[in-house]
Amino acid sequence: MLKKFLKATVFAVSLSMAGGMMIAPSLAEVVYNRGSAAEPESLDPHKTSTVYEAHVLRDMFLGLVTEDAKSEVIPGAAESWTVSDDGTVYTFKLRSGATWSDGSPVTAEDFVYAFQRLQDPKTAAEYASMLQKVKNAKEVNAGKMKPEELGVKAIDANTLEITLVAPTPYFLEVLTHQSTYPVSKAAIEKFGADWVKPGNLVSNGAYTLAEWVPNDHIKLVKNPKFYDAANVKIDVVNYIPTEDRSSAMKRYEAGELDSYDDLPTEQLTDLKAKFGDQVRVAPYLGTYYYAIKTSKAPWDNVELRNAVSMAIDRDFLAEKVWSNSMAPAYSMVPSGIEGYTTSPAAFAEESQIDREDAAKKILEKLGYGPDKPLKMEIRYNTSENHKNTAVAIQEQLKPLGIEVTLLNTDTKTHYGHLEQKGDFDVARAGWIADYNDPETFLEISRKADGHNYSDYDSPKFEELMNAATAAGGKPEERFKLLSEAEKVLVDDVGNIPLLYYNYHNIVSPKLAGFEDNVMDRHPSRFISKE
Amino acid sequence: MLLYVFRRLLTAIPTLFVIVTLAFFLIRVAPGGPFNQERGLSPEVKANLEAQFGLGDPLWLQYWHYLQNLLHGNFGPSYNLPDFTVGELFAKGLPISIQLGASALTLALLIGSTLGIIAALNQNKAGDYAVIATATAGSTIPTFVIAPVIQLLFGLTWKLLPIGGWGDGALINKIGPVLTLALPQIAIVARLMRGSMIESLRSHHIRTARALGLSDWSIVVKHALRGALLPIVSYAGPAAAALLTGSIIVETIFAIPGVGRYFVDAALNRDYTLVMGTVVVIAIFTILFNLIVDILYAVVDPRVRYD
Repeated sequence: MLKKFLKATVFAVSLSMAGGMMIAPSLAEVVYNRGSAAEPESLDPHKTSTVYEAHVLRDMFLGLVTEDAKSEVIPGAAESWTVSDDGTVYTFKLRSGATWSDGSPVTAEDFVYAFQRLQDPKTAAEYASMLQKVKNAKEVNAGKMKPEELGVKAIDANTLEITLVAPTPYFLEVLTHQSTYPVSKAAIEKFGADWVKPGNLVSNGAYTLAEWVPNDHIKLVKNPKFYDAANVKIDVVNYIPTEDRSSAMKRYEAGELDSYDDLPTEQLTDLKAKFGDQVRVAPYLGTYYYAIKTSKAPWDNVELRNAVSMAIDRDFLAEKVWSNSMAPAYSMVPSGIEGYTTSPAAFAEESQIDREDAAKKILEKLGYGPDKPLKMEIRYNTSENHKNTAVAIQEQLKPLGIEVTLLNTDTKTHYGHLEQKGDFDVARAGWIADYNDPETFLEISRKADGHNYSDYDSPKFEELMNAATAAGGKPEERFKLLSEAEKVLVDDVGNIPLLYYNYHNIVSPKLAGFEDNVMDRHPSRFISKE
Repeated sequence: MLLYVFRRLLTAIPTLFVIVTLAFFLIRVAPGGPFNQERGLSPEVKANLEAQFGLGDPLWLQYWHYLQNLLHGNFGPSYNLPDFTVGELFAKGLPISIQLGASALTLALLIGSTLGIIAALNQNKAGDYAVIATATAGSTIPTFVIAPVIQLLFGLTWKLLPIGGWGDGALINKIGPVLTLALPQIAIVARLMRGSMIESLRSHHIRTARALGLSDWSIVVKHALRGALLPIVSYAGPAAAALLTGSIIVETIFAIPGVGRYFVDAALNRDYTLVMGTVVVIAIFTILFNLIVDILYAVVDPRVRYD
C-alpha cells in the first residue's frame, strides 16, 4: 500500500506542478519589464481611477495633447490648436493620416464620442470631473442634459471644437489625463464591456494590448500603425504588478524587473547605498496633510490650530519616520509648478524650538496646561507609515500638554467617515495632482467641495479663488490670486500640511529616457533599453 | 454510500444558503462602501456608480437579485476590477491556486507522513528528535519569513529559481511558492503521523502481529499505517480547502496571480460581489473536503459505515 501511495503521490505532484513553459521573447525583441506596485483596476480610460492604470493607458492611447519624457505638454492626436480670444473655445486640428490600431482613421467624431461617454451617467466614470470645465459637462453627468448637448463638436473629420464654461489656462494639462483619451466607438459597440479584452481593444497610442492576466502581467506590444512608430525603441512592455515592495527589490536585483515605481521606504537608506543613482527620489506634486475640524470647538480657534501646527516637527517626520522619502511641508501647494509661488506658513523659517515655545505660549493663553490638557484624536487609515507619523506627532505634542489619542480604521471606513462629514478632531489625508496646476490643491478647501474634510469656510479665500477663476485668461494674474488664496488658507490653518510627496523609482542603468519629472510620468515610447 | 453522499450534498444547499445570506448582510454592515477612496468622488459620480451596480436599490432587493444571479451561476461584476466579472477572476485565478495548493498538500502528505513514520519507528532516538525538532521549527516559522528566505537563497544567492511571478505556469516558478506553502504543512503532518503511528504500534492487533512473527515492514505498512492515517485524513480535509483556495501571503510575496489575494483585498475594498464570490468558493471547498474526509474514513477504516 505504501508503494502505491508513494507512486500516486509522485504522480500527483508531477501533474499538479506541471504547466506551461516560460515564454521566451524572440532575440530581436526589446522587452521592458516594468514593475508596478499595484494592479491597474481597468484599462477602459473612462473607468480609470488610479495612477497604476494611468501608466498603462498612457502607453496605449494618445490624447489630443500628450507629454514628452519630461512631462511637458506636446502635440498628441492633435497636431495643432488655437484658442479663442476669450479663452473659452479650443479648436484642435487632428493629425492627418493617424489611425487606430485596427487601421481605421482617428477622427474628431471619436473624441466627441469619448468625451460624451465620459460624462454620460450610464458610464459611471469616476474621473468625469476632469472634463467638467467643458460646457454642460456637469449637467450631462448629473443627468440633467443629454450627452449630445456637451460642448464638444466635430467641425469636420479632422477638426474638433471644445467650448469651456470659463477660460481655463491649465486645460491642455487636463487633456494629458488618461480619462480624456479617445476610445473606439466601433469596438465598444461591437464588444460591449468586453471591448477592453486583449484582441478586442483598439487603441491609438504607441502600444496595443496583447495579454492581461490579473495580478500577473499586462503585455503591450508596439503598435506599427502609431504615427511615430519609427522612434519607438521598446518592442514589448510588460507591466508586472508586484505588491510586496521587498520582493520587488529582489526581483529588480535579479533582473526580473527593469524598473519599479515604488520602494520600501524603510529600506531607502540601504537601497541608496546599494543601488546608487538607480534609486530616484525626487519631488512629486502631492501633499500629505492633516484635516482639522475647523467647524468644531475647540478647533474653530485659529490660534489653537496654529499652535498645534507649529508644534509638529516636520523635519523629524520626513527624516526619521519617512526616511527622507517625503519632504517637510509648510504650504498646501508643493513647489515645482512653473510660474507659481507657494505661500508657506509664517513660522516656516523659524527654528523648531522657537515654534514650540510660541505654541506653548498660545496654549497657556488659551487656558490649556497640566490641569486642563488639550485632548486631540488623530484618525488615520491603515498603513505602517501613517501610524508611525501619528505616533511621532503624539510624542511631539506630549511635552506641550496635548493628550493625543489615535484611531486607526481601514481606508474605506476612514474616507467614508470623512466624506459623510463624520465627527473627528484631526484626520490624515493626502492630495496628488492630476494636472500640473496649483488650483488642484486649493479647490479641495473650498466650502462646497466634497474633499473639504476640515469644513474650512472663509469668504476671503472663496473670493480670491473666484477672482482667480475669473482671471483665467491672464495666467500671471491668476497665479498671483491663487497664491494669495493659499496664504489665506495657510494663515487660517484650514488644514495642516505636513509633508510633500516624493516619488521613488528604481531604474536600471540599461534604460535611457526615463526622465525625472514632478508628475512622475514616464511614457514607454520615449524609453530605450540597451 | 451513494445515498449518504447524496444526502450530504443535499444538506449542503441550506448550509450554503445560510452562509451566503450571512455574508451578504455582514459585509453591508461594515462602514465605508466600495466607492469611498482617498480621492473622494463627487456626489453625482458616486450616484452614477451606485446606479450602475444597483446599489441604490433597497437592500432586500439587492439580496434577491444576488440570489437570482447566483442560481444562474452569475457572481456579478467586480466593483474594483470592473473589466472582469467575479466568475472571470476565479476562472483565471483558481486553477493557479489549486495547482500550488495541490502540489503543497501532496508534498506535505508524502514527506510529512514519511518523516512521522520514521520518527515513530525510532521513538526517543536521534532520528525521532531530529524530526520533532525540525517539525516544531517548521510549524512555528511563519510563511512570511520562509518566503523571503527562499527568495534570497534560491533566487538571489544561488540563482536557481525566479524571485517571483507566475511565468505562464512554468515549473520553475512554482517551486518557491509550493515549498513555502508545503513546509509548515509537512511539519504538522509529521507530528500528527508520529503521534498516531506510535499509538497504532502500541495497539493490541499490532502486538499480536509481532507475536505471530510478521516482518516489521508488513506490520507497519499493512497493519499500523491504516489506523494511523485517520488523524491525517481528518487534518487533510480542512487543510486542503485552505490550501487550494490560495494563500494571501504566499501569493503576494511571490506575485502569484491566484485567488488567495482576493480574500482580503476584496473585503478591504468593500468589493461586495468579489467578497461574496470568495465566500461561496471557500464554503463549497470546505463542504466538499469535509465530505471527502468522511468518505475516506470509511475507506481507511472499514468499521466506519454510513448507510
